[in-house]
Amino acid sequence: MSTTKPIIELRDVRKSFGAFEALKGINAVINEGEFFSLLGPSGCGKTTLLRMIAGFEPPTAGDISIDGKSMDGIAANARPTNMVFQSYAIFPHLSVADNVGYGLKTKKLPKADIKREVDGALAMVDLVGYGDRGAHELSGGQRQRVALARALVMRPKVILLDEPLSALDKKLRDQMQFELRELQKSLGITFILVTHDQEEALIMSDRIAVMFEGEIAQLATPEELYRRPATQRVASFIGVMNFLEAKLESSSDQGVTLDIAALGNVTLPYQAVPQGMNPAQIAKVGIRPEMLTLLFDPTDKAENEVQAEVVSSDYYGDMTYYSVSLPNQKDPVIISMRNTAGRSIAAPGSPVRVGWGVESVVLFE
Amino acid sequence: MKRGTAPNWLTIYAVAYMVFLYAPVVLLPLFAFNDATIIAFPLSGFTTEWFKVLWSTDALHSAVGNSAVVAFVTALVSTFLGACAARASSRYSFPAQKGITGFIMLPLVLPEIIVAVSLIVMLMQLGLSLSLLTVVAGHVLICTPFSIAILSSAFAGLDQSLEEASFDLGESRWGTFRRVTLPLVMPGVISSLLICFTISLDEFIIAFFLTGTDATLPVYIWSQLRFPTKLPSVMALGTILLALSVGLLLLAEWFRRRAVRRQGLDASSSEGLL
Repeated sequence: MSTTKPIIELRDVRKSFGAFEALKGINAVINEGEFFSLLGPSGCGKTTLLRMIAGFEPPTAGDISIDGKSMDGIAANARPTNMVFQSYAIFPHLSVADNVGYGLKTKKLPKADIKREVDGALAMVDLVGYGDRGAHELSGGQRQRVALARALVMRPKVILLDEPLSALDKKLRDQMQFELRELQKSLGITFILVTHDQEEALIMSDRIAVMFEGEIAQLATPEELYRRPATQRVASFIGVMNFLEAKLESSSDQGVTLDIAALGNVTLPYQAVPQGMNPAQIAKVGIRPEMLTLLFDPTDKAENEVQAEVVSSDYYGDMTYYSVSLPNQKDPVIISMRNTAGRSIAAPGSPVRVGWGVESVVLFE
Repeated sequence: MKRGTAPNWLTIYAVAYMVFLYAPVVLLPLFAFNDATIIAFPLSGFTTEWFKVLWSTDALHSAVGNSAVVAFVTALVSTFLGACAARASSRYSFPAQKGITGFIMLPLVLPEIIVAVSLIVMLMQLGLSLSLLTVVAGHVLICTPFSIAILSSAFAGLDQSLEEASFDLGESRWGTFRRVTLPLVMPGVISSLLICFTISLDEFIIAFFLTGTDATLPVYIWSQLRFPTKLPSVMALGTILLALSVGLLLLAEWFRRRAVRRQGLDASSSEGLL
């Protein structure tokens, strides 16, 4: 990301459907060439926001500007955006080439130019030679590519993708995630992806806006989002997070000392406290499953240790996820361990030592 | 599988039912080709005489002309109105939507004689004279619900994102209708035209009440029934009408199925039907 020129600016964008507030004041700046994701559970307003950027629905209040121009009163057919629909919306009565060339025909381009552009777009999505096929002769993945080519051929400033991979099976989805990302990088066009799949968003995006109930809960890079989730809700939506009760014990020059349930008193440096958080308000800490370690070998050492007991284990091949009950804790914590050579799986009921580091702790109010 | 011996009552019932339904219809062509003027068994011989009579009856020709004009105009107007209503009810939600749709569909179940009498009373009150135009008005009233029923399924099966995609790709609203919506609902439109045409062509009661001096085909046939000698040629005419109606309905159904097939293929995005 060398340039940071804003391409889309959302200023206090609101949308109401009758008494229902779908969007409650969205503020965000999306940069040119960025792969930006709107991530959230269904009904959080992410699709509504995308449709408003596309111009299918006007905002109730606030302003959307694209490339420095306010889009107020500008209809979808005059905006420099193109959409890849969840259902792909391939025109069933047209061939693949006519589908891809549909938008160019509205621009009244000469036939030869349309053909050249369409062939170029089909090559981009790896569908050379498919131009004469009918829409019904395509597989799900191919339809997805046609929908993408149809948007790419218009050379828009922004491509909007509404859950484009949700209808594909897992293997194809993984492949398309990779291809979409590669294509976006090589073209340098801004992509805005709507998804409810946190893994997809983490893999593909430069930045992610996590949305709950019509509001952006956190806007950050995938790594920041995973390592420093702003709220408990974001933390449990992105991956798995173990929560433990905590409260402030004391503050000193070294940092804040917290009393964490089952783990005891720990002193954290001031940098660990997020900006704007009052240490006295700290109520919980979060630790990711991979930040906790089961110390199988008596010689294994960790910064901090606590005695615990294995409740159950789930074997995933490369990883094993353990449920481990910590002393005086009702809910067990989840610990993921890589299945290295020669390591057997701890049986339920066996006592284990759990190791953890101070820097892996995330604080929540 | 020892079902062969016992009489299969369900089969007997089904056959009896079919005979009851279609035997009278079969009698029509039977007597149309019979060379006796009296409609009674036994049949005496084969003739195409009665069809030749039809060729040389001027009153019949003008009745056919009237019916064709009325049916054609009715089909066009009803389908246009039906398309507007079907699109509105499948795309937009508005207050009292269910109630309004219900009232539009009501003529489908209203006794035709009541519609006919009400219409003639109203026309008299308005001081309008009866003509083919009033017949068209009456026929549009009863045909529009059929058109809505056919076109509603065509519009409902249309994925809304197709129209949005077209709009998103820079096409205007009218261009979207012309390039996407119309081609996709076209089979439904043709099916509606054919069915409305058939209904109007066969309709008697409203035509009888509302027609002035220009008789439509069913009204003409009814007037011929008073003359026993004309009966065989009425049978011949009935035979032609029967063939025409069945043909049109089959054609309409074929178009309707084609519409469903086109959109059905789109609905199954990941697995093709082929």
